[in-house]
Parts: sequence; C-alpha cells; structure tokens
Amino acid sequence: MMKRRDFLRYSAKGVAGLALPISAIEIVSPGEIFADRESGTRWVFLVDTYKCTGCGLCVKACKLENEVPYEANVTRTWVERYVMTKEGKVWADTPKGARDGFTTNKIDLGEGRFQDVKNEEIQKAFFVPKLCNQCEYPPCVQVCPVGATYQAADGVVLVDRQWCIGCGYCIMACPYGVRFFHPVYKVAEKCNFCYHRINKGLKPACVQACPFGARMIGNIKDPNDPVSKVIRTGRVGVIKDEYGTMPQVYYLGLSREVV
Amino acid sequence: MKSHVLRPLYVAILVLAVALIVRQRLVPEGFGAHERGYMYGWHNMNDEQFWKKFPVKYKSSDYCKECHDDKHSSIMRTPHGVIQCENCHGPALDHPNEPPRLPIDRGRAQCLRCHYPLPYPTSGRQNIKSVDPEEHNPGAECSTCHDPHNPNLEGMK
Repeated sequence: MMKRRDFLRYSAKGVAGLALPISAIEIVSPGEIFADRESGTRWVFLVDTYKCTGCGLCVKACKLENEVPYEANVTRTWVERYVMTKEGKVWADTPKGARDGFTTNKIDLGEGRFQDVKNEEIQKAFFVPKLCNQCEYPPCVQVCPVGATYQAADGVVLVDRQWCIGCGYCIMACPYGVRFFHPVYKVAEKCNFCYHRINKGLKPACVQACPFGARMIGNIKDPNDPVSKVIRTGRVGVIKDEYGTMPQVYYLGLSREVV
Repeated sequence: MKSHVLRPLYVAILVLAVALIVRQRLVPEGFGAHERGYMYGWHNMNDEQFWKKFPVKYKSSDYCKECHDDKHSSIMRTPHGVIQCENCHGPALDHPNEPPRLPIDRGRAQCLRCHYPLPYPTSGRQNIKSVDPEEHNPGAECSTCHDPHNPNLEGMK
C-alpha cells in the first residue's frame, strides 16, 4: 500500500522527468528563428483578383513548366470562378482547374451537371487564382512522418521526391487543398513558386504568363520591392487566416464567399 | 554473473550496432533537424538543389525578341502586346535547337479564354470585347479572318 505522501512525491518526480525532454525541444523559440531570418529573402505572392479575367493561361503555363501531366485532373495552381446571384446564391467552379479558361457561363457542378446562371441574375462575379500559400507555419511540413516535405530558408515549401513515401498525410493536412499525388512519380506534389525560376531571377511561369498582371511575386524582406510595399502598406487579405498557418499569398479584392 | 544471462544482452547490443550502421549508410548526408527543429526543420538540406536545377521551359517574350524582333515589335503596338508569345506558341524550351519549330495554338478555344462573353462586374473580364461563339462564324478558326498579332478590326485579313 502506497502512502499519500509517497504517491505525491512520485507524481511530482514523474511530471518533472517528463517535462525535461519537452523543455529541451522548446529551447529554441520561434522569435529567435525569425530574428535570424530578418535578412535575405522571403518569397511572397500577391494576387489582384480585380485584374483576373479567368483566361487560365497561368494554369496552362504552370502545368507545362512543371511537368504536371496535362490531361490529368491535377494542377499546382488553378482559378476559381465565383458567381453570386441577386437571390443570394453562391456558385463556384473550376473546370479542369481552369486550364482551358472559362468558355461558358454555365457553372460546372461536377458529374456532368451544370448550373445555368443568366447574366441579369448576377449580383457579383469574379475569378480567384489559387496556389500554394507557402505558410509560415506549414501544417503539411508538420505532419510529414519522414521529413520529405520541408520549408527552405526563403519560405518556400518543397517536396523531396527521393524521400516521400506517398502516405498522403500532407495532402489531408493542407487546409487549402493545394497538394496532390503526382501521377507519374507517385509522390506528393505542390506549387513551389517555380523554385527553379525564382532562384535564377526569373518570374514563376504563372506570373509571366498572366497577360493582365493579376499575379505578382515579391520578397517581403526587401523594403523596395513593389509587391512587398503593397502587402505592407495596402489592404490585403489572406485565405483561411483562422487556421493560424500564416499564409503568404496575399489577395487584393478578396470576398467573404471565397474559401 | 553467468554467461547465459549476458548472452542475450550481447545479441541485443549487436543488433543495435548493426541497426545504427545501416541507418548511417541509408540516411543521406544533410538529413536532420535543422534550425527550425523537428516540427518544421527535419529534412534533407541537399534536396533544394534538385528543385533549383529543374529545367526552365518558358523563356519569356524577351527571349523570342532576340530573333523575332519584327513580330515582337508589331504585336507590342496592339492590345495583344500584353500576351506572352509562349501563351499561344507554347514553351520555347531550347528552340531553335530543340524543338526547331514551335506548335501554334490556333484553336477557337484559345481565343475564347478571354473573348467568351462573361460580363462579370469587378473582374477584368468585363473590359474585354467578346463574341458569342455559337453565333459568330461557328466552327471557323478565328485566325482565318483576324490577325492575332494585330487584333484591331482594321487589321482583318
């Protein structure tokens, strides 16, 4: 029979012993990490939804640039169409990720069903390009059990194709649904701001392909960067802020209906 | 202590040693928990090189201009000057070496990406002139009558 005094003593020791390894992990605080990362590059993206026309040339360029099979219904970036009627209905679609643009006013509901919305019924309608948010706290990186997906020092989240086991945890963890399985390599695939291009001083394929300047990339740590200036001084929004992932794709002209 | 008691211990140590050696061999150099710790930093540092070396396919209109200056300067005087050459001609890759000729997307669908009538307020689309493809010469290639490099109606073929 254990005395109460002993029970309390052992409990205290046990808790202290368990807390020790946890405190060892917590020694490096996020603040210190950000202090180290003050200089250099942190890639961010800016989307001006007012300028987007839904042509889908960005999606076409992305798929060809990044060798994502053209006919497979997966894509690193896509464009969503939102149509709100005067009756208060919200319709949204992105047929084939808008690879071929939007060449009908019918909303694609999937499974071969379409919703006809007359132009005179429309209250509000616009296009929203989507891509990886390169979150400051990426949930996809947290959940990867093998360390195959990671964040580079410049903020871009990459997938190690040699190391990915294809478990799909990251695909489920991403609140934005930007991840998918690459149909050829059978590993997780995602937008990486065209890492090969931005590291050569080029713009991402989607940014270059956009005829209207709706997509922009910049370095938030560069005070003279025009995109950085808009994000720091302008009114910009992010998608699903409440998830605490600190997404780094900023939007001009975001609406409540956009998810 | 008797040896039959220690023997399983030796086996356990041997198994552990083999496991550690195998791990040492299999785990690539550069793999580990880096500055952001296990939660965000556990990865192979060298994999960034794979993505940095990924081949560039879209070379931009400035690349095209180096040889096709005439085409480039003529389209730049028109509203279609905002469209990159490669959006219709396909990625340049290593053209003119490989491929020696680039395929041109002349289909109606290519033009309708922008010119299908979707007068959506607060989207850039409402400012673009459009035609109803079911009424405007259905089936015909747009470039039969219109010059994509000079889309103004005065530039009609």
